[in-house]
Formats: sequence, structure tokens, C-alpha cells
Amino acid sequence: MQIAEIFETMTYGPAPEAAGPAREWLAARAPALGLFLDNRMVPPSTGEHIESTNPATGEPLIGIARAGSADVDAAVAAARRAAADWRRTPGHARARHLYALARQVQKHARLLAVLETLDNGKPIRESRDLDVPLVARHFYHHAGWAQLLETEFAGYEALGVVGQIVPWNFPLLMLAWKVAPALAAGNTVVLKPARFTSITAVAFAEIAARAGLPPGVLNVVTGDGQTGAMLVEHAGVDKIAFTGSTEVGRGIRRSTAGSGKRLSLELGGKSPFVVFDDADLDSAVEGVVDAIWFNQGQVCCAGSRLLVQEGVAAGFLERLRERMETLRVGDPLDKGIDIGAIVAPSQLETIRGLVDRACSEGIQMWQPSWACALPDGCFFPPTLFSDVPPAAEIARVEVFGPVLAATTFRTKSEAVALANNTGYGLAASVWSENVGMALDAARAIKAGTVWVNATNLFDAAAGFGGLRESGFGREGGREGMYEYLKPRWPGRVRAAVTATATGREPISEAAGDGSQDGAANGHGASNGRATGGFEATVASMPPIDRTPKLFVGGKQARPDSGYSRLVFAADSTVLGEVGEGNRKDLRNAVEAAHASPWGAMTGHARAQVLYYLAENLSLRTREFAERLRRMDGRPAEVATTEVERTIERLFAYAAWADKFGGRVQGTPMPGLTVAVHEPIGVVAVVADDTCPLLQFVSLVAPALAMGNAVVAVPSSRHPLAATDLYQVFETSDVPAGAVNVVTGNVDLLAGVLAGHDDVAAIWYAGSDDGARRVELESAGNLKRVWIVSRPRRDWFDPVQGEGEEFLREATQVKNIWVPAAG
Amino acid sequence: MTTTILPVPTVPGLGLEERNPGIPLDLGWVREVRVNRPAVERRAATLPARRSVKREWQAAWLLRAITAIDLTTLAGDDTPGNVRRLCAKARRPVRSDILEGLGAADLGITVAAVCVYHNLVSTAVEALAGSGIPVAAVSTGFPAGQIPHRLKLAEIEASVGAGAAEIDIVVSRARVLRGEWRDLYEEVREFRAACGPAHLKTILATGELGTLRNVGMASLVCMMAGADFIKTSTGKESVNATLPVGLVMARAIRDYHRQTGHAVGFKPAGGIRTAKSSLDWLILMKEELGDGWLRADRFRLGASGLLTDIERQLEHHLTGRYAAAHRHPMV
Repeated sequence: MQIAEIFETMTYGPAPEAAGPAREWLAARAPALGLFLDNRMVPPSTGEHIESTNPATGEPLIGIARAGSADVDAAVAAARRAAADWRRTPGHARARHLYALARQVQKHARLLAVLETLDNGKPIRESRDLDVPLVARHFYHHAGWAQLLETEFAGYEALGVVGQIVPWNFPLLMLAWKVAPALAAGNTVVLKPARFTSITAVAFAEIAARAGLPPGVLNVVTGDGQTGAMLVEHAGVDKIAFTGSTEVGRGIRRSTAGSGKRLSLELGGKSPFVVFDDADLDSAVEGVVDAIWFNQGQVCCAGSRLLVQEGVAAGFLERLRERMETLRVGDPLDKGIDIGAIVAPSQLETIRGLVDRACSEGIQMWQPSWACALPDGCFFPPTLFSDVPPAAEIARVEVFGPVLAATTFRTKSEAVALANNTGYGLAASVWSENVGMALDAARAIKAGTVWVNATNLFDAAAGFGGLRESGFGREGGREGMYEYLKPRWPGRVRAAVTATATGREPISEAAGDGSQDGAANGHGASNGRATGGFEATVASMPPIDRTPKLFVGGKQARPDSGYSRLVFAADSTVLGEVGEGNRKDLRNAVEAAHASPWGAMTGHARAQVLYYLAENLSLRTREFAERLRRMDGRPAEVATTEVERTIERLFAYAAWADKFGGRVQGTPMPGLTVAVHEPIGVVAVVADDTCPLLQFVSLVAPALAMGNAVVAVPSSRHPLAATDLYQVFETSDVPAGAVNVVTGNVDLLAGVLAGHDDVAAIWYAGSDDGARRVELESAGNLKRVWIVSRPRRDWFDPVQGEGEEFLREATQVKNIWVPAAG
Repeated sequence: MTTTILPVPTVPGLGLEERNPGIPLDLGWVREVRVNRPAVERRAATLPARRSVKREWQAAWLLRAITAIDLTTLAGDDTPGNVRRLCAKARRPVRSDILEGLGAADLGITVAAVCVYHNLVSTAVEALAGSGIPVAAVSTGFPAGQIPHRLKLAEIEASVGAGAAEIDIVVSRARVLRGEWRDLYEEVREFRAACGPAHLKTILATGELGTLRNVGMASLVCMMAGADFIKTSTGKESVNATLPVGLVMARAIRDYHRQTGHAVGFKPAGGIRTAKSSLDWLILMKEELGDGWLRADRFRLGASGLLTDIERQLEHHLTGRYAAAHRHPMV
């Protein structure tokens, strides 16, 4: 075109990024990439390849190896071989490796960016300015964690071999989010990239090998979903970290149930973008652009639900439409393109299907005037649906495309309600110039990340991840490191602990085993009513019948079933009866827990209640000790010690109640990124038979301390410690519904709680089979599961039975980003 | 003070179809202005990275940038001699061999205006006679504006009388910092009245306004008072034309245009020295305000050294060799 003509029209013209070096890189490896094991590129045992194509043009780029089970075996074996040395490598040495990876990413930044854009279709501006710099940032940040591991994570150790599965929307960035913390913590990795976008993973593995990462520390197996499934199901893997769709995540939850594998899932979202009437509307419009038209909307945390306050909605949408007119869709390698190619034709079809159905539902759709003139290839225009009712499919289903669903709200509370009216809980964006209102909304919206007057900000120093059906676990920051670490207890694997001089209770495998107790203790009670013990007040009168009920909503409740179950003492005599709870009792208990004011109380107020509990329990020390003694036939002094430890534990969590609020993250941004430790919500606690009082309190107290409401199922064998305790609850100002106790068949009740969609987390102590069933059932709403009894704990030990691990399980990290004037 | 809406005189040769007549002060609207600085800074930071003009497009855009330049000298040591040299450069901003090579010889490339202190107005008017290039005078106690109001009006009238077709006034920063919007409005109304047919550019001195919200509110008030252009800076503040400030002002212009139908121009000034930065400003205009704000009737770049860098880039485009400043005629 002539300069004189452009001088008049002032068009942009093409601004292509040169793809030469990337194409040479591909040509040098044509026709196909191999797998990357032990720092070598090897052909797959299957001999099969999948073609990787450029979605913008449809041109084939290179073949991707399809790994078979022999390859996955080999990769896991390579990682296993490397694991011990890598874990023992001093933190400083691992830090040097991670630092080298960061530097290498920077040195090869443009190659990686262009490869990513060719393979994925994302605009070069994004791969160049966002993806690749964030990759480098993640390795720098985690080089730091490797350096500090021994001091900052004292008492923790690596898990071993980690299987990681990453999606196609940010192929290299998701690799970094997974690989960097895993390696920093001392794990070795088998990584499975997405079938559409495996190229940069192989390129990265090559770079890492060249940078001197020891063989076997990072292995890459490519292929399709089958390869991923092989990795998930592989017995040699200690943890699976997955980012992808909620449905696949659910399947992974099920297929790893009972395996003992740790799991973190970063799944889908339908994130709200909330605009209040006092927002900087022009900036909020730009925020929408970054929220839903970033990466073609193929972003798990895309702000795909626009909620605008009714009074400014019309004007806001007018501005938004004006802005949409100036977006540019086209060649992803062009530096002046806002929206590149959709990753694959199948994804384009999915988007079209959802958009067509929304249109046929009668929802008002708008696209820019130029939408009909898109280039050939996998492109889709920015699309706005307005006045979308929450009931519409387009308001609920993750599109994973450049499609926005707009709705209005009237008040802040309605905005929060609409924002939370979703199965997901990944991210949210809140726009208001009223800092109080914005922060209040940010606290109230259920999401792992909330951006205030911003959107889609990411950094290695702030953990990213969701709640509800957006998964669990965090990537980035201190909170992300714990996903790749486990507590290291001295002598962790052991059958029993001998009692110490301080009188601490042994964990005895036999402690809960009623078969070998009675005779040894020799308390021959004929009717299960109190005899002997601290107050030998054996009366000639018949004792008054005691009838523990269930404890629901602050009230003693008869079990719905109308049945009771017998509770036996150590000497096989009947110690009492408890209610036979059923699913309806649990339903009521969960409802009572949700209605409880507990979570809204301050940490200080919660501490007062926990102290008061301890005080009231201490008044009844003898009674509880006697009960314990009779339950499992232990010596009176040990039983007394358990009560005393329990009181101490209540004090510990009363102490913690106002001391685990969160921290300020070191994100490279003026303003504040605050990691808030929020309660999870309603936590189900299922206890086993060891230390019936101490264990019960060790589980319930941290959940309470952090502001959760609890539905607790005490052990089948020794429920009376818990039912006795509710009388203490009743006298200690515990608000109604904060703790609910349902006795009965533990396995049955655990299954109901694990399958309850309004329970946010379940802590389970019990059999391996029970753990498997809990994990399986939890896939329904993807609640967090903590198998407390894996490995077995010494509840008397303050390291194993108390502390930060419990607090972390009792909270979820919400990172609230509040950029401030720079 | 008068608040009546003025008649709308036009100046031939400026290409302005219709001047902004101003509207009655709407304080409700002014106070509704919300500006979130971090968000604005984020947009401003990514804007130049989101668009790119290369090859012929870059050359054409740079030529367009030249036509938007208010070629400026505002120094204590200005004399008729250096102002005449500046005016000569204004007429022929690019070496003719380069223009011919670019196929742009017939485009009539000149700068948009020459901008001087009042004392040099008549020199510049004389030097530019017949060129169609207007002379702009900075006024009202430029750059600080700390002189009596009546002297400000007198200075405007004197400059208009000396042939200035454009008057770049400075607002009283105190009015903005104290939220005295009605006083600011009246002040600018009177400047506008004093300008008569000359065009009024209101310099906000954004580097001294404290907040971007103040910039947004001051922009609106000046437009309500009848500014033809709003301008960022005098070039004498410690912080001058920045993209975040430009973004806020451009959005204010867009708002005002949307609400009233009146198009007001924008002039960033101060610190714009590189060809690349002139492209960034043009991109900001095109993205935020549209193609209607790419020409001199609604867009100016207040600059002095910028032109030389653009010339060097144009020569590079033509020859493929990196250029040296001394090979281009100096001011």
C-alpha cells in the first residue's frame, strides 16, 4: 500500500512477528517430537504420533509422540530413580537449578513465545508479554523457595514422584506453575502436556536438560487423554496435579480414590465480573476486555459473567459495545491482534453450539459490525449476551471462548448472591471506587482469587486455585508449596509409641480393639452403669438412665430413625446407648451448620468460646477421665492425661483463633495482594476409635477456631466422649449449629457426608476402605478431602496431633489483589 | 462574570467544522467522574504493546504525526532569530528528497502550528505568512498562571491582536486543587471570550493536579467552559505528558462528545521526544477516540525535539540505514 494512501486512511497494517527461528526449531525435529525421559528425547513405544497443527491456519506443525503404558512406566521409573538424590540435594543446589531454568527461559523467550503462538493460536503479544515472562517469574520465585525450604518448611519433606497434567490454554505457563514448585520442594516430575499443545513442553525439557537439570528430575510424556489416564492411575506416582476441565477433574478424583495419592485440581470456572455504579466505568470496560477476551476467553478464570449495577448498566454496555468494535481478531503472530485463534476446530464447535443455543433461548446477542468478516481459520468474534437470566445455560456453563453473559443487579448483596450462584469458585473481579464496599464484596464472593479494580493478574508469589467445583489446591506462593510437601514426623511409620515419662498416651494399634482389654483391667461391671472409678459411690439405687441424643443446631435431637445403638465398655459390658443417626439427621445437621452465626464471629470471639469450652471441660475432668477409662479400659492416669491434653488442645486452638489470618504476598505490584485464610464453610469430621476425646477435639477445635461450622461423627466404638462433650458445648456459649454431633454407623454416615453437595470439606479418620469411599463420593461437589488417619497419628503428640497442618486444612486461601496508585 | 454561551466563530484554514461552544457547568457530572489510577496505568502500559505499525504504515503514521506537531519554542532566550528558523522548519519539516522518496511530496506536509510566547507572536506570524500555518501563543501567565486575572485576559487579547490564531492558556491549579469548579469554569469561559475567533487550548498542568480524578474533572470543566482543545502540560512541570494522563483526558473528551455531540481536541505536550512515542500517542487517539482524532483539527503534539527523531526514522525507512541527526536541517 502506498504511504500517501495510508496517510489518509491511517490503518494499522500488518505487523507480523517473524516465525523463522521457531520454524527452524520445528524443522530440525521433524517429522515428530519424542518423549523426554532422563534428559533424552526418545521415540514412543507405540510408534504412534499425533499431528500438532497451527489453529490459525490449519497447517501441520510437527508430530507429537503418543506415549503408551510402557512409556509412562519408563517415565515414572526415571522419576523414581532420580527422586532420592533430588530430594537430598541441598536447597541451595536446587535453587541454582531453578534459577538456571528461569534464566534459560528468558534467554529463549522469543523462541518459546513464537512456538506457543504457533501451536496454541494465542496472540504473540500475550505469549511474549504475559505467558513467557510469567514462566520465568515462576522459576525465579521458586528458586527462592528451594533456597529457603529447609528453614521455611522445616518439618516437611517432598512427596516423591509427581504426575502433572496441564491444559492447552496456557501450555508453558501451566507447566511452570506445576513444575517449579514441585522441583523446588524436591519432587521429581512426570509431566503430561495437552495433546493440542505439547510443543513448548518438549522445548522446555530440552532447555532444562541443557541447563543441567539432572536426568529423571523432569520427564515429559505426550499423548492424548489415554496417556493422561495412565499417569493418573500409575501406582508409582505419589501425587497428581491436574489443571483442566471439571469433568475430567471429577474423573481423576474418582480414579485416585483410595490410592493414597495426593491430589490438587485446578478446574473450570464461571467467574463473576462485578461493576458497581461508582466504578471507573471506562477502566472497568477495559477490565472486561482483559477478563473475557484475553486468550480468546479460553481462560479458566475468565470473567465470563458480567454483573452490572442496574443504574449504570445501559451506559456501561454501550461503552462496552463501542470498545468491542475496536478489538481486532486475526493472525496470532500479528503484534497488533487482540484475539487470536481458538485452539482447535472441536473447541470452536463447542463455542458455536453454546452461542447458538443461547440465541435460540431468545437471549439477546451482540457482536461487532465486523464479526461477519473474520479471516478463515479457527476464529470466533467477541460476543456479548445481555439481560442473561441466571437460569440460562450461557450464565452457568463454562464456554471457554470469547463469550460474555451480562446481567444486572440492584444491590451489593444481590451482586454477591448472583456472583455466588454457581457451582464454581475460581476467581472474581470487583469494580468500585468505594474501597470499603469493594473489599466487603471481595470477602463475600466465594472464590480463590478476587481482583479489586483489576482482572487476570497473576504472579508466582500469590497462590492461584479455586474452591467448590473449581477444585482445590493452590499454585504459587507459600500456600502452593504445601501442595508438594508432607509433614515429616520422626519415626513416622510405626505401629506404636511407648508412653513417655510425661504420661503421654501410646498410640496402640490395639487401643481400639475391644478383644483384649476387659480381663486385663478387671472392672467387672454387670450392667454397664458406673461402678468403681474416681468416686466409688456405688449406690443401692438404680442409676438414672442417661440418654445421649444427637446434637443438632444447638439442641439435643432424637435420631430420625427412632433407634439407638449400644455402646460397649472395654470389658464388653454395655456402657450406654447413643442415637442411630441417619441421612436425614445429617441433612438437618448440615442445614444447622449453614445457619450458624459462628463463621461471622471474630477470631477473638471464637477464642473466648474455645477457652470457655476448655474451662468447662476442666471442671469435669474426672467425669470424662472415668468415661474414657471405662471405654477402653486404660489406666485412670492415662485417661486423665487424655482429658488434660484435650483441655490443652482447646487452649491451643483458642490461641490460634486470632493468629492465622493470612499474609501479604510479595507480588510485583503497587498496592496489596492479601492472602486471606478464610474458613472453608461447613466441614464434616469423621473420627476413628483412637483417643476418642482427644482426637474428636483435635479435629473439631481447629475447624472451629478458623470459623468453620462442623458436623462431626464420633467414632462408632466410643461415641460417648463426644456426646458427653455436647453438654459442655451447651454450657460454653457455643452458638447453635457451630458444632453438630451425629452418632451412628460411621461408614454409612461418612458416605452421606462425603456425598453431600453442601458440605465443603470432609476430614476422615478410619479404614483405608472407608477413605476410598469418602474420596469417591466427594467427587460429586469436589469437596476437599483430608484423610486424617493416613498416616496414623499419635494424637498426644503436638506435632502430629495439632498445629499448622490442621489450620491449613481448616482454611482456604483467598488472594485479594488490590492494586493501588503507583 | 458571564456564563452565556458564545457564538461560534470559525477560523479559516484550521479545518474545524464546528467549535465546541461549551455548555452550562454541570457539577453533578463533574463529581461523577471516577478514575482508578492503577487500572488506567495498566491500560496505558499495555496500549502501545497492543498495536504496532510497521514499514509503510509506520512511515505514513510518522508523517501524520508531523502534521499534528505544534512546533514549540518556549525559552527565556528566544529571539526573533531562532523563532524565524523554527518557522522555516515548520514550513519544510522534512527534507524534500525524503518526502519524494516516500511518495509524500504532494501531501503538503507541514507542522500544525508554531507555538511561542506572546513577545514572539508577531515575528512568527510574519515568518509564516502565506503558509497557512497558524501561530499559537502560550498565555495567561504561562507556565504558572500566577498573575492577576485581568492581566491574563489582557495577554490573550494582545496575542490575538498580534495575529495568534490559537491561545494556549494555563488553568489556575489552585482552583482544581481546592475543588473550585465554578471558579475554574468562569475563568476559562472568560478566556474563551477573550480569544474571540482564536482557538482556545486549556493547559491543565496535569503534573500539578495531584490525582487523575482531578485531571478528569478539570478536563470536563474546561470543555464545559468552551475549550477547543485540552492540553496536558506546559512542558515546565516536573511530570509532563504521560500516557495515563492522556488516557484520562481522552476518555473525558469521549464522554463529553457522547453527551453533548461536541468534539474537543487533545494536545499532549512536554517530554515527547521520540518517533515511537508519537506513534504511541496516535495509537491512543485511534483506540480511545477513533479516526476522527488523528488529524490536526483534533490532535496536536506539543514538541520541539520530536521532529528530528521522526526525520531520522523516515530516512531509515527510506534507506535502510540508521540516520544521523546532523544530516537533517536543524531548527
